[in-house]
Amino acid sequence: MTATRRAVIAGSVAVTLAAPRLARAAAGAVVVIGAGFGGATAARYLKRLDPAVDVTLVEREASIVTCPFSNAVLGGYETLQGITRSLGGLKAAGVKVVRGEASAIDLQARRVRLADGSRIAYDRLVVSPGIDLNFAGVAGYSEAAAAQMPHAWKAGAQTMLLRQQLEAMPDGGTFIVVPPANPFRCPPGPYERVSLVASYFKAKKPKSKILVLDAKDNFSKQGLFQAAWEAEFPGMIDWIAGKDGGKVESVDPAAMTVKCGFGSQKGDVVNIIPPQRAGAIAQSAALAGDNGWCPVDPMTFASTKATNVHVIGDASIAGAMPKSGSSANAQGKVAAGAILASLAGKPAPTPALNNICYSLVTPDYGISVTDVYQVTKDKGITTTPNAGGLSVRTPTDLGERKLEAAFARGWYRNISADSWG
Amino acid sequence: MRALAAFAATLLTAGVAAAQDGPSGQAMVQTCYVCHGPEGRSAEAVPALLRGQKEFVVRQMIEFKADRRPATIMNRIAKSYSDEQIAAIADYLAGLK
Repeated sequence: MTATRRAVIAGSVAVTLAAPRLARAAAGAVVVIGAGFGGATAARYLKRLDPAVDVTLVEREASIVTCPFSNAVLGGYETLQGITRSLGGLKAAGVKVVRGEASAIDLQARRVRLADGSRIAYDRLVVSPGIDLNFAGVAGYSEAAAAQMPHAWKAGAQTMLLRQQLEAMPDGGTFIVVPPANPFRCPPGPYERVSLVASYFKAKKPKSKILVLDAKDNFSKQGLFQAAWEAEFPGMIDWIAGKDGGKVESVDPAAMTVKCGFGSQKGDVVNIIPPQRAGAIAQSAALAGDNGWCPVDPMTFASTKATNVHVIGDASIAGAMPKSGSSANAQGKVAAGAILASLAGKPAPTPALNNICYSLVTPDYGISVTDVYQVTKDKGITTTPNAGGLSVRTPTDLGERKLEAAFARGWYRNISADSWG
Repeated sequence: MRALAAFAATLLTAGVAAAQDGPSGQAMVQTCYVCHGPEGRSAEAVPALLRGQKEFVVRQMIEFKADRRPATIMNRIAKSYSDEQIAAIADYLAGLK
């Protein structure tokens, strides 16, 4: 037998052995934990790209209240209903939606256990739990204290509580905002919040002040935000960097005071945004590292701590990508493509990742930051040089600010349809 | 202008095979849906993505990339793509139903 002939026969044996695995692929079962931007997108794209794959989505809430545009609710420009997404579109797309709390993952048996004791088996698992708030990360703060000093960093009841407090605040009052150190969900979010509340104050209680006591020395879209604050709300907003005493040491919810580098500050309304970590299920399944976030292979978002598991969205460590709904949406598509390839015994496709992030300063004043990412196994996820970045510093006749405010709304409507249907 | 058209024509014929090292046209176009809506069918404010217009799409992306077409964000995004990737994007978009 010639070497060539032997190679051909060896090749045919390999094909025969591979065949049962391919047959199994058609019946592949994928479970997705979490129906936020990441999990919903992964589930929808799995079904879209391969209708034969069995997709079960586990979500503890009946519907999703999005963090994007929750700052518009705080400003009185949007309703909670307007930022609530139904899971009906996912069901219509053939995704089995199971309402429940994923309480444990048996990585060996490939099963997710729910709080009610039921179990769901998987061939591949997508974990997209978002964030948990680390209340103990701010001395004096707690989950109970969020009734006095809301975090409003998970949209819903907390958003409405903070809105009610802002509405009840007298003209001339002080609103204190305490953003966390990096990394955290939605890096420009605290500053969009400051902007839209300032926009509300300007219209309804113009003698009021906003004091931002920051753990950081700089923040996302800083130049654009600060220029906008000066132009739109002169004298209203005082941002104190961590190095200038802005870093908060402790809070006293009963006294409504916040202790920072220059003493105790009293607020009429106080918003504490505590430090964060990957959602509880990622911690209990040991998918997170010591820093509280989940390391992944940048090409596939496969966990580096467990096989057959992908972690996407805020919970993952995704190099240059910020923790945003847009990032999670892009990562959901990459995980879906990688999972379908893996079930079919093929190599993962080269990932395409981007982030499009709009912030509103007022309902008619929008700014953005965007990047398309380069992804390599060695360097991970990096921004594309000489591309992407921020809105123009000085608007032209095009009317960038007004256009971007409209595009922000368009983005919200379209990413919602892309994620939830 | 004629040089641009010739350049675009070169891209149209050259691109797709050369782009195989990077993400596929489909993978790249799927990232557009975050703003332009599923399958590029935008419901609001953001323009929908044109189908069946490969040459036009290539030309627009080149104009954005060179800051010759005024834009808020597409000029920043277009600069992220190589000419081969733009051809692959336009090719996939052209085939969308």
